[in-house]
Amino acid sequence: MMYVIPEDIEFIVPVDLREALELINKLNNVKALAGGTDLVVDLKTGRFKPKYVVYIGGLKELRYIRDNNGSLHIGAVTTIQEILDSKIIAEKAPLLRAATEKFAYWQIRNTATIGGNLCNASPAADTAPPLLVYEAIIKAESVRGSRLIPIREFFKGPRQTALERDELVTEIIVPYKDLENSGYSYFKVGRRRGYDISLVAVACVVKVEGGVISDVRLALNSVAPIPVRAMNVEKTLIGKKPSLEIIEESSKLVVYDISPISDVRAPIEYRQYMAKLLTREALLEALKKTGVM
Amino acid sequence: MCINMVKVAFKVNGEHIELDVSPRELLINTLRSKLGLTSVKYGCGIGECGACTVLVNGEPVLACLTLTVDVNSKDIITLEGLSKNGLTDIQRAFIEEGAIQCGYCTPGFIIMAEYMLREVPNPTISDVKEYLKGNLCRCTGYINIFRAVLKAAKSRVSR
Repeated sequence: MMYVIPEDIEFIVPVDLREALELINKLNNVKALAGGTDLVVDLKTGRFKPKYVVYIGGLKELRYIRDNNGSLHIGAVTTIQEILDSKIIAEKAPLLRAATEKFAYWQIRNTATIGGNLCNASPAADTAPPLLVYEAIIKAESVRGSRLIPIREFFKGPRQTALERDELVTEIIVPYKDLENSGYSYFKVGRRRGYDISLVAVACVVKVEGGVISDVRLALNSVAPIPVRAMNVEKTLIGKKPSLEIIEESSKLVVYDISPISDVRAPIEYRQYMAKLLTREALLEALKKTGVM
Repeated sequence: MCINMVKVAFKVNGEHIELDVSPRELLINTLRSKLGLTSVKYGCGIGECGACTVLVNGEPVLACLTLTVDVNSKDIITLEGLSKNGLTDIQRAFIEEGAIQCGYCTPGFIIMAEYMLREVPNPTISDVKEYLKGNLCRCTGYINIFRAVLKAAKSRVSR
């Protein structure tokens, strides 16, 4: 039954980050728990059977949104709703806000955290496409020190990350300076509007300078073992004059960037079709926002 | 190393509560089994149905996924708290509009509707659908639920 978390799992509630890092370093077979909208379910169903769980969701020092020199710094246990409600995010990283708007529903958004969404490393992670577009940097800390991991190197496979076993994600850094004055768009398809797990989502940013596309970044989830950038599409567009033809032509190339599977939610063919369609729509919408189309 | 029990102190429906709980205890079990607040319904247990929705510091969360240690020093409202002084306008509207079939999902819907009316006093039908999208009714009585919530909104605004 799903009433309780199994009793053979020992829960520990550290008082601060330092204690959390020491515990994770010292213990074997340990999981860090933040919001719990994924992990609590996984503990109940037995998908994960750690011996220890270290609860970091209550660590206030990991809950903040700061603007610093062209980058946003978001504490790992900041909730999705806090990101959605944040004026700084709306102003500096509107694409991230757009993705959180379509993230599950109220009750989940109030609990789920941005660090948890990334560390859960679902191919369908909702915050991954916008963060891939911003080329976010993940700060990982351990008792040994801290290091910065570019988000493109963070996901290693379904439910697998680049984190070492003693490391915790403590902060997500979102550089936005390069993408100011660009057009953005986010599209997500699920079985139910904005609620269900993504079947395909596309995040897009386009910058037009001197009549040509000077920067374009596209990222998708749920169409590969990890959330991916659409480099083939991007390469075709860069330096080109925006037109319907080039959008049409380039969006078809997204199939070379993705490797979807058939599962309970959708077959391959549908995901490929929707990836192409959403890529086209995302490019159109983003270009419209730049005012050139 | 072994921390077996944790002291938590919080407010439920205005009442101060102090308990020793296991750090793995879920809020739904604390509220239902220890405090007798059975309006908090156990539906799916995996965050899909919204039947266990409660307000924590005024924000809706799912009690089946929330650790009791996480509500330490916070303020919790359940349907028992909303209806302390008799039926609320939303409850009355649910009855009048026949928005209840088996009734199991109803407390979650009413909590969410209450939250919405605090945020959006004059909601449109799309606001109602947006705010209630995390709550499932398996008797499929959504039309009457939406009607009831809009009716309660109207009566609140005209009051």
